[in-house]
Amino acid sequence: MKKRVVSVLLVVMFTASIFAFAGCSTSGGSADVVKLGFIGPMTGDAAIYGSSAEEGAQLAVAEINAAGGIDGKNIELVAYDSKADQTEAINAYNRLRDQDGVVAVIGGTLSGETLAMKDIMVQDNMPVLSPTATAVEVTQAAPNVFRACFLDDYQGQAAANFAATTLGAKTAALLIGTGNPYSEGVSEAFKAAFTAKGGTIAGSESYGTADKDFSAQLTKIKEMNPDVVFVPDYVQTVGPILQKAKEMGITAKFVGADGWDGVQEEYADAAQGNYFTNHYAADSPSETVQNFITAYKKEYDKVPNSFAALGYDAVYAMVEAITAAGSTDSADIITALKATDHAGVTGTLKFDEEGNPKDKEVTIIKIDGGQLKFDSTVVNK
Amino acid sequence: MDHIKKKAYLINTIAVVALYLVFFVLIQTKTMNNYFVGIAIMTCIMIIMAMSLNIVAGFLGEMALGHAGFMAIGAYASASFSMALIDSGLPLPQLVILILAMIVGGIVAGIFGFLIGTPTLRLRGDYLGIVTIGFSEIIRIFFINFGPTGGAAGLKGITRLVNFHNVYWVTIIVAFLIFTLGRSKQGRAIISIREDEIAAEAAGIPTTQYKVLAFSLAAFFAGVGGALYAHYQSFLEPSKFGFMFSIEMFVIVVLGGLGSITGSIISAIVLTVLPEMLRSFAEYRLLVYSLVLIIMMIFRPQGIFGRTEFSLTAFIESLIQRKNVKKSIGGGEAS
Repeated sequence: MKKRVVSVLLVVMFTASIFAFAGCSTSGGSADVVKLGFIGPMTGDAAIYGSSAEEGAQLAVAEINAAGGIDGKNIELVAYDSKADQTEAINAYNRLRDQDGVVAVIGGTLSGETLAMKDIMVQDNMPVLSPTATAVEVTQAAPNVFRACFLDDYQGQAAANFAATTLGAKTAALLIGTGNPYSEGVSEAFKAAFTAKGGTIAGSESYGTADKDFSAQLTKIKEMNPDVVFVPDYVQTVGPILQKAKEMGITAKFVGADGWDGVQEEYADAAQGNYFTNHYAADSPSETVQNFITAYKKEYDKVPNSFAALGYDAVYAMVEAITAAGSTDSADIITALKATDHAGVTGTLKFDEEGNPKDKEVTIIKIDGGQLKFDSTVVNK
Repeated sequence: MDHIKKKAYLINTIAVVALYLVFFVLIQTKTMNNYFVGIAIMTCIMIIMAMSLNIVAGFLGEMALGHAGFMAIGAYASASFSMALIDSGLPLPQLVILILAMIVGGIVAGIFGFLIGTPTLRLRGDYLGIVTIGFSEIIRIFFINFGPTGGAAGLKGITRLVNFHNVYWVTIIVAFLIFTLGRSKQGRAIISIREDEIAAEAAGIPTTQYKVLAFSLAAFFAGVGGALYAHYQSFLEPSKFGFMFSIEMFVIVVLGGLGSITGSIISAIVLTVLPEMLRSFAEYRLLVYSLVLIIMMIFRPQGIFGRTEFSLTAFIESLIQRKNVKKSIGGGEAS
């Protein structure tokens, strides 16, 4: 009998909670707050990307509010976790729009979740500025969707230009993660640009997403004896690859992309003297960059990564657009976003017709003595 | 007997239509905005998934941990079909395209269910569980590497055909079909295998045949659920159909009560809505979600409904005749 009472209670509780939930009304923001939405993964495997970008975005919001907000109105950043799941992302976006009444969205952080939300975003004509979604399709046929980061192929091109011109490489080998669109996309662009610059691709090797041992691929690469090895992947894969390569005595320079950010923390020795393309350099002499890093360190007690920098820039660019538009009307904000010219931490942000950054500089970073050192910047023409 | 049946049909039809009308009015008057409609659609899809898994896990009593794999097959097959159909320029109404896509998704998934089920259903219990995990992983990795459906980057540009109205009625139809399956000759044969396979065989039931039937039917309805999912999301990523998604569906079925369709429905509603309700708790919500699961399992290890079904007719009758309270909703466990 007692059990039955408990079970009936549970059922009643849940039913009641569902109705309570359905009944809660739209909490329309008060008139003197401008709400911005943020969507990104804050739990799960990809949590580092979403939470970093959110920290950068929150920092920007705090700074803007301290400086008087938008025409005296404070900004509030409503951030929701997408768990890197498309369904969650769509729910989060719907909630931002209907429950929170945001005027614009910073997000999504990953390409997949952004693509899942894109259709509804276009229907709503919501001003969207994704800090870090790199898939080409994110901004295609979506006049209201913009992004702050450069694209995978733009980055691959820059890496190839750098390898061919600055490093003077004649031959290159590719090490590609199959099943990882990021790795595949950047490699494709590198291949094309490197060949166009007169270089030769000595060969390409691939590994699966869950692989932990790379000796077979690296042995083949050692035999090819290329000038550079291009490995565009994330730290957790790149680190072991570099370590193995060092053990095997491969002397070629390794070049990577923005996924390498953070490689100096655990793999300083193995990564010594190698290069990667990134969105910004922490030791850049620029005042904007230094101010950002100081503020971020003070707030979160750690060094910001490029996701944080892009989140920070995205909020500033969006707020500039809202200020320029002089209203919170979607169409006005989108028009203003198109004319963006924001000098941010990750370079000057201007958009082309599709909503992608135009002529954004790519920073080349050298790993030296466990530090990320600014090397040069490359602008693709 | 016939009279009672008719009455039950009437009451349930009225309830279903009334519920629909409530939602219809709420949506029309914008009391229920797109956020809630989105959750409602997702809830309906999860209800279909949970009910279909219940055929194998509940009726047949086997551990199937690869349901996301069948959903993926249905989703990809139906999406490819509807994209091709729309590209061909045939002037078909959206609803017809959706229905055809659901049938295609269901049949393709059902065929795979048959192909997988025939050899693997010789295994029982945890062995079958492992095989089904392996199978759904193969499907996921196949789609990651399969170029024509976009590979790891996902399949883009699926037309959004699903809205609350059609997903609601599909859920009702699927619920009706699975309910009647449970009461049919075939359904009773399947349930008898769960109760005692040797006894069932001795009674002349071709057990292998009915096991494969249950497995294929579950895969078919999972494919229908996958088709709805594809045409609601308009974008498919293979990573969604991972092992954890299969587990999530299994949790729904276990929590609702293995073998109880109404239990699956209630539990799918609770477990889909709960994470959304907890959204304002930010990073703590997954913690709370897990805690709720643990508490539920401690107090109700047999699930919300156990093996019994909630019957609206019996419930109403018990309201009328207070004497018979005991035979109504809480009327004891069947086993």
